[in-house]
Order: sequence, then structure tokens, then C-alpha cells
Amino acid sequence: MTVKYTREHEWIRIEGDSATVGITFYAQEQLGDVVFVELPEADTYADQGAEVAVVESVKAASDIYAPVTGTIIESNNELSERPELVNEDPENDGWFFKMHLSDSSELDNLLDKADYQTFIQEEL
Amino acid sequence: MTHLYSLALESFHTEQGAKFAQFAGYKMPIQYPLGVKGEHLRTRESVGLFDVSHMGQLLVEGPGITEALETLVPAALQEMVPGQIRYSQLTLNNGGILDDLMLTRWNDTRWGLVVNGACKHVDMDHLKALLPDSIQMTYLDAHALIAVQGPRARDALTRMMPEAGDLVFMHAVQTTWNGHPITLSCSGYTGEDGYEISIANTEAQEFAEALTALEETTWVGLGARNSLRLETGLCLYGNDLTTKTTPIEADLLWSIQKRRRTDGGFLGADIILQQINDGVPRKRVGIAPADGRTPLRDHTIIKNSAGDEVGEITSGGFGPSFEGPVAMGYVTQNLSTPGTELFAEVRGKPLPCAVCDPIFVQQRYVRSL
Repeated sequence: MTVKYTREHEWIRIEGDSATVGITFYAQEQLGDVVFVELPEADTYADQGAEVAVVESVKAASDIYAPVTGTIIESNNELSERPELVNEDPENDGWFFKMHLSDSSELDNLLDKADYQTFIQEEL
Repeated sequence: MTHLYSLALESFHTEQGAKFAQFAGYKMPIQYPLGVKGEHLRTRESVGLFDVSHMGQLLVEGPGITEALETLVPAALQEMVPGQIRYSQLTLNNGGILDDLMLTRWNDTRWGLVVNGACKHVDMDHLKALLPDSIQMTYLDAHALIAVQGPRARDALTRMMPEAGDLVFMHAVQTTWNGHPITLSCSGYTGEDGYEISIANTEAQEFAEALTALEETTWVGLGARNSLRLETGLCLYGNDLTTKTTPIEADLLWSIQKRRRTDGGFLGADIILQQINDGVPRKRVGIAPADGRTPLRDHTIIKNSAGDEVGEITSGGFGPSFEGPVAMGYVTQNLSTPGTELFAEVRGKPLPCAVCDPIFVQQRYVRSL
């Protein structure tokens, strides 16, 4: 099981030709208390980089992008009732959606954990 | 790069773990380690401390000052007693609002004004141009202003200064703390009971440390200050009030006392009095999404069922005490009745919403002892 990261602070956990997507611990820290999450409908097709979800904190609304091209399989409906899960457990229970990958070669453009750590150090 | 002013207590706030952001030309604490939501809730249940020294503190003095100020604001000032505070607006000839402010009457020839930080230089130019030459204006830029707000503010501050216990909402006294002269006002902008204390910059750190040592207190940044004022229906100048909104459109008629509603005598009175009698084209209201969940942010467009634009959110976000979205904005007058169903354009889609009272959380001022 591989986990990759985007420069938009999403993580993507790849299992075969599908993947689970969420935002990183660093991202939730920057957002502050999450109060609302708008999730994509199942069967939505998204190009890599397309806006597919929205996360709102007490401070502002932020877009969540599809880290790779594919079709949404399922969204984490638990977040509708408990958006605070994004703060409490961003990289597990606070996942946003699962998607079917159209082109796994797009994963090569994403960051591995060490590269992502370097990336956020540079952003700080 | 534009020059940023620093608060006298900047290094103190850094030690408290503040994150800073630019606001009104100042480097201001936006939040502390507790975070916006935690700071907000702590203020509603205990006491929040706010450094609002970016605001403009002015003294205006001279013969006839009370009458002269009445030509610039729609509040009735002549009837006020020494130590009384009123909220009003600096109006313009078109009925619009240059700024909103607090006015404290000290005596027949001396008033204290507190104006918004982002407007203070424009306000001073306006006052200088329109007050008679015999009036002297002093800008108290070497004074800090610290707000102490929340249901336990009265008990906490009274231990430091007994006078606090005797003050009711919108009254002020000039006194001393630890031998330092201060102005202690029972006022604030969170909807809670509390105080605002003006103290010389040189003595502000000693005062801030004493406040921090009180068990009830937590430092609160501008982030939570915004959600606190928004939940209790209080207007933010620049968002909810501008040079293009009148006090009547902004639903601030309560701040224009009876004599002034009939006699006028302030800038823009012809338009404002006409609106009092004949109504307004649009009105400030609260707006709540029907789903009870989606925050409506500043500048969200409001439409009717036909898809015509009928208004705009001027301040919106999430209310931690309300536990849901809170927003205020302007809609055309015929749609301003609470319960009117409208649509907010959120990310390109019409989201059902309804007009409501802009006071989402009840104000809890102490008006009598």
C-alpha cells in the first residue's frame, strides 16, 4: 500500500486501481477548526486537479482537488455529521473520498512522504 | 511594501503564542494557540482578552463641542450624562456612513471618541475639517486599548479595580490602576458583558501581565473577535457598513434617539429622515442556509426564486456558540421579512436560505446592577 502527497496538501492512499483521498495533518493545522465539508457524489468523473470537494474552517473555505484523474466511488458521509474528524484524525478516519484511478502513471507526479515533508518545510 | 504599524504589546503577544496577520495597517494577533473556535467559546463562557490598540482613541475638547459633534453624528448627545457612552456613526451628505464609533461624554466641553483602526486617519481629517477651530483634537496614539469580555469579566476585573463592579453597560470612568491613569469603559463588541481599558503604552505590558494572571482569562485574536461580533448581530465597518449604506438600511435606527429623528441637524439628515418615514430600498438582515450547515461567506450573492440578484452577504461564517453558519447581509426591502425564502449562490449553485434575525446569539450586556 502506497501513500503519496500533493502540493495542495492532500494525501492519496493507493490500493490497486483505487485510492482513498484526504488532507494532511499539516493542512488541517493550517485550516484550523473544520466546520463543514462538501463531498462529491459517487460516479462523479474528475480530471487531475479538478475541484471536487470543499472544506470550510472557522476561518475560510478551501477547495479540495482530485489528486489524479478518475471516478469517485464513495464519499465519507461521516464528515457531514462530524466535520471535526478532519482535525482529529486527518490521515485516517477523516478521509474525504475514494476514487477509481483512470491513469496510474499520474501517481509518478506526486510526492512521496519525504518529499512532502521537505515541501512543507520550505513553505513554512 | 507598505509600512505595518506594530502594537506596543507585539512581543508580549508573540510570547503568548500569537499568530499575526495584517489588519487596518497593523500587525495584529489573529489567533493564539487555543485557536479561533476555542478562543470564541472561552470568551462566551469565561473571559477573553483582546488587544484592540489599532482602534483610534481621540479626545475632542472646547466650548460648544457637544453641539458641534451633533452635526456629525445622528445620536442625541446633549441629553447624555458625564461618563455615559453612546454608539453612533459619522454620517456623510449622501446618508452613507464614514465610520461607526463610540462617544463618551466626560463633561460639557470634553468628549472621548473611539473609531475604527482602518478609518481613523480619514475620520480625523473629517473631524478637523468640520469641527470649529476652537475645538482641539488629540489623537491618543501612545495609548493601548485592551478589551476584557465575557460573563466572568465583571468578577475578574473587579478584583483588579473595584470601580469595574459599579459600572453598567455604556458607562465609563477615569480612574487609576496600580497608580497608572486609565479610562475604564463598560463596553465592547462581543455581545458579552465586559470592559475596554485605555492605558498608556508604557504601562500596557504590566497591565496585560496582570490580566493574564487572572484564572478566568485567555487571549483572543481578531479571528474570534469577528465570529463573536457576527453571532451577536454587530456590524463590522467596511463589510456591513460603508459610505454607501445608511444607518436606516443597516437597521441602526435604535442608535438615533427621538429628538434627532424629528429635528435632524446632522450630515445626511434629509436622506436619513426621509428613509425613517418612507422606508428604505434594501435592509440589513440575518441569513441562514436551509440545510443548517453550509457557511455563507462574505460577498455571497443572494437571489430570488426567479434567479434575479436581490442582495449580498456582507459578513458570514461559522458561529461556534450558535454551532452553525451565521451571516448578515442586505436584501431588497420587500424580501427582508424573517422567514422569506431566498437562494445563496454558493460555488455556482443556488443554496436555499432564509431571512432571519441577525442576532443569532443573544447579547448579554449588564444594563443595571
